[in-house]
Amino acid sequence: MKFLSKCYISLIFFLLYIPIVVLIVFSFNESGSLAEFSGFTLGWYEELFHDDEAFSALRNSLLLAISSAFIATVLGTFGALGLHRMRRRYIRKPIMTLTNIPMMNPDIVTGVSMMLLFVAVASFLGTRELFGFGTLLIAHVTFNLPYVILSVMPRFQQLDKSLSEAAQDLGCTPSKAFFKVELPEIIPGIVSALMMSFTLSLDDFVISHFVSSPNFQTLPLYVYNQTAHNVKFSMYALSALIVAVILVILLAVNFAGSAADRKSRKGGRS
Amino acid sequence: MKKHSLRKTDPPPASRSAQRNIFQQLAAVPHAFWTVLFIAAPMLFVLYFAFTDGNGNFSFSNITDLGQYTNVFILSIAFALIATAICLIIGYPLAYFMSRQSQRAQKILMVLIMLPMWCNLLIRTYALMALLDNGGLLNSLLKNLGLEPLPIVGSYFGVILGMVYDFLPYMVLPIFTAMTKLDYRYIEASHDLGCNGLQTMTRVVMPLTLSGVVSGVTMVFVPSISTFYISQKLGAGKIDLVGDTIERLFQNVSTYNVGAAMSLVMMILILISLTIMNKFSDEEGGMVP
Repeated sequence: MKFLSKCYISLIFFLLYIPIVVLIVFSFNESGSLAEFSGFTLGWYEELFHDDEAFSALRNSLLLAISSAFIATVLGTFGALGLHRMRRRYIRKPIMTLTNIPMMNPDIVTGVSMMLLFVAVASFLGTRELFGFGTLLIAHVTFNLPYVILSVMPRFQQLDKSLSEAAQDLGCTPSKAFFKVELPEIIPGIVSALMMSFTLSLDDFVISHFVSSPNFQTLPLYVYNQTAHNVKFSMYALSALIVAVILVILLAVNFAGSAADRKSRKGGRS
Repeated sequence: MKKHSLRKTDPPPASRSAQRNIFQQLAAVPHAFWTVLFIAAPMLFVLYFAFTDGNGNFSFSNITDLGQYTNVFILSIAFALIATAICLIIGYPLAYFMSRQSQRAQKILMVLIMLPMWCNLLIRTYALMALLDNGGLLNSLLKNLGLEPLPIVGSYFGVILGMVYDFLPYMVLPIFTAMTKLDYRYIEASHDLGCNGLQTMTRVVMPLTLSGVVSGVTMVFVPSISTFYISQKLGAGKIDLVGDTIERLFQNVSTYNVGAAMSLVMMILILISLTIMNKFSDEEGGMVP
């Protein structure tokens, strides 16, 4: 049984990884064919590195991910604080329901609905140049918000009110008590909200597809446009690079995590 | 006591904390504005476009026009259901076996299941297409072996395979999480009380991991029914699903209204199926003694 289960796990992971491995291997293929490997080359990577469009897409993606993660986290953290303190259910409940809509809806519906809003605003203003960084930023902040609330809200709920009261009894002003006692409890939630928003924003294709314009492309939109019609080998190179970067980050996070684990365990023993 | 007398000018603590509470409640105002402006308003625009014609007059014609897309809807629902079922059949045992490995192995397997999740969907789909395409590695291998090539890309099978491949990790991860939270003593207890392996599985493990199954099913079903990139790439443009149709309808201003109607219907379909599933899972959960 133990052996069989190991076989099953290996088989599924093998199937899950073949396409990715093949993609990486063939990104070094000289002949530009997917059928057989004829020789090693770095040509496709060279082509990619000479592609200004790819670099501007990467820059746009990072800019959008950083700014939308920052705005969503600030907005959502204050939102979570306010909603947590709110006692009136008839205000709290509808706002929470609204916040969660982008998480429940399929991306395509969120994208389409935001596009319709922007189209209506654009026709109201009589302009055509509305779509671009601004609309993308609004859309990304919007779909990040529920995840920010999701990771920050529990932190507020776990706060022990008596701790802050104790701090005030010991001479802290309310604001000092907030910064010294409550904020450190909340910060892990804020950090995970930032990281989650950043990755969600970097990864999003569907919603961006509906609210972008050709003159502001993110990396996924660039990949989509490049792969729309024909096979492009520089895209294999780009994908291989992205997979490599993600692998390094995941391993680093895991390694750092287990190192910290070991350290804290050691610290506990001594 | 002494301290208090020094600060007589301060308002009593109760009203001060009430004041502070009001200020803290006000922190939600920007968030509330944002959700109304950019979540509620867009949804209202979907409704508005779905129930008006091109000139802004009220009409039901968009909804009735959807009749011509009945086949697209049926195909999409069928594909999403099949893909979800396959993911569950493959993913559930995988999550179970994963949770039975050593701590160290579990950690590695977690990273391995999360890596594809972090990779962009476009890249994964594109990689799968490259492998299965007519000029791809699989078919050239088959040809070298003297076998017939498999026309997977462009077939129904290809699209479903794409969905399973892309979304399997989303099924495995929540079930795996539920499995790791499962107290192993329950399983031992059921053995002690005379259950065989199968009975332990159906009476103990499955009911206790149902929450993971429900979120896994949701996380596979919703993107499967609304996808358009997978059907574009692995259907070779020959297979139209709801997502493809909506995407196409929104490329032309004159068909925004029908597109909005279609998005609305899809949203309602998903809402209904999620409600049914949650109800079903509640009942199942309630049956556990």
